[in-house]
Amino acid sequence: MNKSTSWFNITSLVFGFAFLYVPILILVVYSFNASKLVTVWGGFSTQWYVELVHDQAIIDAAWVTIRVGIISASFATVLGTMAALVLDRYRKFHGRALFSGMVYAPLVMPEVITGLSLLLLFVAIGFDRGFWAVVIAHTTLTMCFVAVVVQSRLVTLDRSLEEAALDLGCPPVKTFFLITLPLILPGVVAGWMLAFTLSLDDLVIASFNTGPGATTLPIKIYSMVRLGVTPEINAISTILISVIAVGVIAASVLSHRSQVEKEKAERAVFLAG
Amino acid sequence: MAERWTQDVKPFLAKWALVAVPYLWSLLFFLAPFLIIFKISLSQTAIAMPPYVPVIGGLGDFLAKLSDFTFDNYVFLTEDPLYYSAYLSSLRIALVSTILLLIVGYPIAYGMARAPKSLRNALVMAVILPFWTSFLIRVYAWIGILKPEGLITIALQSLGILGPDEQIHVYNTEIAVFIGIVYSYLPFMVLPLYAALEKLDATLLEAAADLGCPPTKSFWVITFPLSLPGVIAGCFLCFIPIVGEFVIPDLLGGSETLMIGKTLWAEFFNNRDWPVSSAVAVVLLIILVVPIVIFQNQQKKA
Amino acid sequence: MIEAVGPIKRKFAPWDDPTLKPFIRFENVTKRFGDFTAVDNLTLDIYEREFFALLGPSGCGKTTLMRMLAGFEQPTEGRILLDGKDLSGIPPYKRPVNMMFQSYALFPHMTVEGNIAFGLKQEGMDTSNISTRVAEMLELVKLEKFAKRKPHQLSGGQRQRVALARSLAKRPKVLLLDEPLGALDKKLREETQFELMDIQMELGMTFLIVTHDQEEAMTVSDRIAVMNHGVIAQIGTASEIYEQPASRYVADFVGDINLIDGTVTAVDDGNVTLHCAGVDATIVAEAGPGEVTVGAEAGFAIRPEKVQISLEAPPVGTPNVLSGEVWDIGYLGDISVYRVRLAGGSIVKATVANLTRIVERPITWEDKVYLTWPADAGVILLK
Repeated sequence: MNKSTSWFNITSLVFGFAFLYVPILILVVYSFNASKLVTVWGGFSTQWYVELVHDQAIIDAAWVTIRVGIISASFATVLGTMAALVLDRYRKFHGRALFSGMVYAPLVMPEVITGLSLLLLFVAIGFDRGFWAVVIAHTTLTMCFVAVVVQSRLVTLDRSLEEAALDLGCPPVKTFFLITLPLILPGVVAGWMLAFTLSLDDLVIASFNTGPGATTLPIKIYSMVRLGVTPEINAISTILISVIAVGVIAASVLSHRSQVEKEKAERAVFLAG
Repeated sequence: MAERWTQDVKPFLAKWALVAVPYLWSLLFFLAPFLIIFKISLSQTAIAMPPYVPVIGGLGDFLAKLSDFTFDNYVFLTEDPLYYSAYLSSLRIALVSTILLLIVGYPIAYGMARAPKSLRNALVMAVILPFWTSFLIRVYAWIGILKPEGLITIALQSLGILGPDEQIHVYNTEIAVFIGIVYSYLPFMVLPLYAALEKLDATLLEAAADLGCPPTKSFWVITFPLSLPGVIAGCFLCFIPIVGEFVIPDLLGGSETLMIGKTLWAEFFNNRDWPVSSAVAVVLLIILVVPIVIFQNQQKKA
Repeated sequence: MIEAVGPIKRKFAPWDDPTLKPFIRFENVTKRFGDFTAVDNLTLDIYEREFFALLGPSGCGKTTLMRMLAGFEQPTEGRILLDGKDLSGIPPYKRPVNMMFQSYALFPHMTVEGNIAFGLKQEGMDTSNISTRVAEMLELVKLEKFAKRKPHQLSGGQRQRVALARSLAKRPKVLLLDEPLGALDKKLREETQFELMDIQMELGMTFLIVTHDQEEAMTVSDRIAVMNHGVIAQIGTASEIYEQPASRYVADFVGDINLIDGTVTAVDDGNVTLHCAGVDATIVAEAGPGEVTVGAEAGFAIRPEKVQISLEAPPVGTPNVLSGEVWDIGYLGDISVYRVRLAGGSIVKATVANLTRIVERPITWEDKVYLTWPADAGVILLK
C-alpha cells in the first residue's frame, strides 16, 4: 500500500466520522447552554436538565417508552429467535417462501406503510389503539431484526454440537436449552438490545397506533420539535444518547474482553504445544 | 402408546409449534394488515371511520361494510397532480440520496477495510453507534445547524465569508433533506460496503500489482467489481426506506419538499381520509415491490 | 506414550464363524437425498468387538451410512439392526450408540468434566456415580489435570481425547468414529491410532470408524469395507484388501498400483496369459475375482514394491519381463521410487528399499532397465 492511498484512507475516515459525530456533539454541548436561544452560547448551565425532571409529561412519556421497549423487545426476541431457527433449520416446508418474505420485508418496508396497515388491522378487529397496540406494532417491526441477528449467529454454529447432544441421549427440546441457546445467547442479547433501541426510537409506527395515555417519548419530542428548537429537547436527547452509548459500549467491551481472553488462552495452548 | 408419544408426536408438535408461532404472528400482524389496507383503499370515503372512534362492531360487520368497493380513490390519486408529483419527487430524492450515500460511504468503508486489523472492530462500532441513537434526535440535531440563524450561518459570519446580515438558506429546502438523509442512512450504506471490502483478499491486489496493474486501475478492475454485492445491498437498504421517508422531509424539508411519506401522513392525520391514505400506501407498495423482491433475492444469495 | 498393557491381540475373526450372529446389520439399506443416491441397496454385517473401518473417498456414502446408524438420517429403504433389534424410528437420543465427531463437537461453554458428564446426566445417573465414571474416563485418556478447563484452553490432541472420553463415557454398545484423527498432525495421528486400538481392546467394545485415510483404516481395524458411490467395493482384512483387491477401483484406491492393460489369450487352471499390445509383452499371472475368458479385456495389477528393477537382462526364457528406460527417480528416504518408461510410452513404478546409506545408487536416469516379479506377485483384474 503506498503513501498516497493511505493518506486518502485517513482523510476519508476523519471526514466521515466527523460528519457522523459533530452534529451529535453540538447537540450535547448546547444542552448545557444557559441561553434559551439554541444557537447563542450563554454560558454553562444545567437548568434544562432540572426543568426536564419537573416536566411530568416528559417523564410519563419516557416511562411509557421504556415499558413499550422492554415488553416489545422481549416478545420480539422470542418470536425473532423462533423465526431464525425455522429459517435456519427447516429448509423445506409449505409456505417457507412466504414466511421468509414476511420475516425480511419489514427490514426495508417504509414505516408509514407498516404503521398505517397495522392501525387498520386494529380498527378492523376492534382492538383499542394505545399501549398494547404500540407493543404489538413494535414487536412485529423488530422481530425481523432479531431474526436477522440471531440467524447470522446460527449460521456460524457447528450443527454437530447439537447432534453430539442428541447422540449422548439429550432430547431435542432439552438440547435447545442446554446447547443451542447458550451458544447463540450473544446474538439473542444483541437482538434484544437492537429491538429495544428500535422501539425507543420509533416515531412513525407509534404515532399511527398510539392512543390516549400512551404517548411515547419520540411522539412527545416530535411535537416539541414542531414547535421549535429548545434546549430542553437537547437535554432529553443528551440523556438518551448517553444511556444508549453507555449500554452499547459496555456490551461491546464485555464481548470484546471475553473474545480477547479466549484468544489469549488459545495462544497459550498453542505455545505450550 | 407412551412410547409413540415421546418418539413421534412430541417432536412433531415441538417442530410444528416452532414454525406456527412466528408464522401466525407474521400472518396476523404483517400480511393481514396489507390485505386490509388494500381492501380499504377500495372503499368509499363516506364509510371511512374517523380516527379514535371505531364504529365497526366486528370483523364480519367490517368486511360486510366494505363489500361494495370502488376505484374512486385511485382515480382521485391520478386526478390530483399532488400525488403524482409526490411519488416522482420521492423516487428522485431517494435515487439522488442513494447515489450521494454511495459517494460518501464508499471512501469511509474503504478506509475502514484498509485500516489496521486491531482498529477495525472499533471503527465498525463507531459507525454503528450513531445508528443506535434516536433517528429523530439525529435529524433534530441538524435543525440547529442548518437554520438561517443556525450554526453554519454563525460559523460563516465569524469567518467573514458571510456579511453580518446575510444568512444561509438551506433549512426547509431539498438540500437540507439530502443532508439529513445522507447523515441518517450512512451506516446502512457503509456497513454492507465494509463487509464486502473487508472480505476482499489483499493478495489479489498484490497479484494485480505483480502483473503490472497500477493501484488506481486495480481499484476499478479488482476492488470495485468484487465489492459490488456490498454496493447493491447498501443501495437497496437505503433506497427502499428513503422512498417512504417521513421524518426527514417533514423536519428539514419544509413545505416546498414533496415526498409521499409526508403526503400519506398529512392525508391520514390532517385530512383524516383513511381510504385515500390507504390508496396512497398501496401505490407506494406496488412501486416498491420490485426493489423489495430484488433485495430479498439478494439477501437469500448472501 | 502408551505402555504396552492389555491383552495381546490374538487372531480374531468372528466373520469366519458361521455360528455367530452379526452385531450390527445393514439390510438392503438405501439412502437418497433428492436425486442423489448416497447409499445404494447396501448390506453389511459387523460383529461384536470388531474394529470395523469404512474407507472411501468423500461422497462415497460412508458418513451417511454411519449417520444412519447414529440416527441422524433415516434410511430411504431397508433397515438397520443392532443386536437383533430394528433401529428404525428410534431417535438418536435413544440409541445405544455414541459418536465421536469429526469436529469433536465439544460444548464450548462446558468444562472438560462437564462435557464428559453430559451423556451420563441425560441417563439420570446419580452424581457420585457420574463423578466416578468421569474420573475413570479422564484417566483412560490421561487428562486428569485438565478436568476444569474449557475446550478452547486445550490443544488439538487434548480436544480429541476429550471427545473420545465423552463418547465412551456412556459405555455405548457401539462407538462411531467419524474421521476421528483428521485434524491431528501426522506424528500424533499415528500415535493416537495405536492408543485407539488399545482402548478398544481394553473396553471390549465394537468400534466403527469412517475414514478416507487408507493407512489409518489398515492400522486400526480388523476389517475394512472399501466404499464407492454408495456401494461396497470390497470387504476384508487389511492384507486381503491390499494383496487381493477385488477390482481396479480397490486396487487403485488402496495403496499404489501399476496397471497394464491387455487381452486374455489363454486361461489355464487359474493362470491367465495376457497379451499387452501397448507395451509389447506377454504376462502370465493369477486370475482375480470374476470369470476370465479368452479374448476378454483385462489388466495386470502389481504393487510397485513387488517389481524388481535390474540393469542386467534376465536369462532368456524368463517369463514376465518388461524393459524400459528410467524416466524419473524419487528419493523418499526409506525407499526410492523409479518411474520406468516402457516401449509403448506407459510408465511402470518400482520401489526399492534403501537398505544402505550410500546416496549414489547404481541405477540412474536414462538407464535401460529390466523389470521382473515373482509369478504370484500380481493379479489379473477384469475391466
